[in-house]
Amino acid sequence: MIDVKNLQKHFGGLQVLRGVNLTIHKGDCVVLVGPSGCGKSTFLRCLNRLEEPDGGQVIFNGKEVNDKDIDRVRQKMGMVFQHFNLFPHLTVKKNITLAPVRLGLMSQAEADAKAMELLQRIGLAEKANAYPNMLSGGQKQRIAIVRALAMNPDVLLFDEPTSALDPEMVGEVLELMKELARGGMTMVCVTHEMGFAREVANRIIFIDEGVVKVDKPPKEFFENPENERLKAFLSKVL
Amino acid sequence: MEAQFEALSELAKNGGSLSFTQDFFVKFYQAFLYSDRWLQYIEGVGTTILVTAIALVLGVVLGSVVALVRVAHDQQKPHHRNPVLGFVNVICQIYATVIRGTPMMVQLLIMSMVIFASSRNFTMVGALALGINSGAYVSEIIRGGLMAVDPGQMEAGRSLGLNYITTMVLIIIPQAIRSILPALGNEFIVLLKDTSLITVIGGKELLYAAQGIMNRTYEAMFPLLGVAAIYLVLVLLFSALLGKLERRMAQSDRR
Repeated sequence: MIDVKNLQKHFGGLQVLRGVNLTIHKGDCVVLVGPSGCGKSTFLRCLNRLEEPDGGQVIFNGKEVNDKDIDRVRQKMGMVFQHFNLFPHLTVKKNITLAPVRLGLMSQAEADAKAMELLQRIGLAEKANAYPNMLSGGQKQRIAIVRALAMNPDVLLFDEPTSALDPEMVGEVLELMKELARGGMTMVCVTHEMGFAREVANRIIFIDEGVVKVDKPPKEFFENPENERLKAFLSKVL
Repeated sequence: MEAQFEALSELAKNGGSLSFTQDFFVKFYQAFLYSDRWLQYIEGVGTTILVTAIALVLGVVLGSVVALVRVAHDQQKPHHRNPVLGFVNVICQIYATVIRGTPMMVQLLIMSMVIFASSRNFTMVGALALGINSGAYVSEIIRGGLMAVDPGQMEAGRSLGLNYITTMVLIIIPQAIRSILPALGNEFIVLLKDTSLITVIGGKELLYAAQGIMNRTYEAMFPLLGVAAIYLVLVLLFSALLGKLERRMAQSDRR
C-alpha cells in the first residue's frame, strides 16, 4: 500500500533521514520506535508531505506522492497529531463533518449520520454539540481519531498520539487504537507505548541514525534484539 | 439672546469693558450660535465620519490583501516558491515600508499636491490618503493575527485533504479574527482622530469648520475646545461600541 524508497530529509545541516526504505502492506499495524530525534516523526510527516522530503520516493496505492495530487492523497491518508489539533471554533460534530462535506465526499446529512455513528462507537455521542475546549485530553484525541476516520482513509498515521495526555487518559486512546487495528485498519504509529507495540503491532520498526535498523514482529523484536543500538534503547525504555 | 449679544458686542467694539461672564457669553455665542454656525460643526462631524468610514473600508481591504499575500508567501515551501507571488509580496513589502516610514502629513501633501494636483475634491483625496496609510498598519495587525493561530491548525486542515485557501478561509481566518478585532478597533480610533489632518489640504471636516470660524472671529479658544470635545465624544462613543463587541466575542469564547 505504501512503498517508501530511499527517503531523505535534512533540516539545515542536520541529515535526519538518510535513505529510509519501507513497505507497508494493507492491514499492517506498524509501530515506529527509536531514540528521540531519530527522525520517526519526520518520517511519518514525509509520508503525507507535511514535511517535504529532499530525496527518494513515497508510493501510495501505486502512485508516486508529489505536490500535484497531494490533497487527494491526504484524503486517503488520515493523520492524528500529538496535540490533537481539533478546530477550537467549531463543534465536535462540525470538526468531523467539515472536510467530508467540503470535499464533496458526503452530503451534510450523510456526514452528520456518519459522525454520530462514530461518536456513538466511542461513547461520546452526547458531546456532538460541545466545543473542543470543554473536553478532556483523552476525549479530544479520540475525537481527532474519529475526525480522521470520517474520511474513510486507507491508512491512518499516528504521530505520538498519547504523548500530550495525562497518564490516566492514555488508556482510552490506546483502547480505541487497538480496536481499529483489530478491525483491519492499516496504521502507522509513532509512539513510546511499548505495551501497545507489543500487543497490537504486527511489525515494529526501529529507526536510528536516519535509517531503518530493525523491522521485526513484536515477539522477536523484544525477545531477541540482535542490534546493539536496539538493545541499548530497549534497556532504557522497558 | 441675540439682542443681548448684539448689545454686548457693540459695547465691546466701542471700547467698553465687559465682565468675565459677559465676555464668555459673547465669545461662546459667536463661536457656536451666531448666524447658525453650529451647523458648520455638524457638517464637519458628518464629513469626519464619512472620511473615517471610507478610509477604514479602504484600509481594511488593502490591509487584508497585503496580509494574506505576505502570509501566503511566507508559508510556501522553501524549494518551489511561486515567482508571481514573490513579486506581489515585494510590492506589498515596499508599500508597507514606505507608508510606515514616512509621516502621515507628508503623504497627505504628496497626494493632494503631486499625485492629485488637479483635483479639487480635497475631502476625497484626503480619505484616499488616509485609507492607504491605514492599510499599511492594518496589514501588520492582520498578519500578526494570522500568524498567532497555532500552525497545527493549518496542518490539521491540510492533512484532511483541504487545500490551502479552504483551510485559510474555514479554519485560520475565523480564529485569527478574535485577536485581530481589538487592535483593529484601536486603529479605527486613531483613524478617526487623524481625519483632522486633512484640514491642511483643504478637506472640509470638523477642524476645517472650526478654523473657518476662527478666521472670522479672531477668537481661537471656543472653536478649538469645542472641536476637541466633539472628537472626544466621538471616540468615547466608538470605544463603548467596541467594548460591547469585544464582550460579545469573549462570551462566545467561554462557551
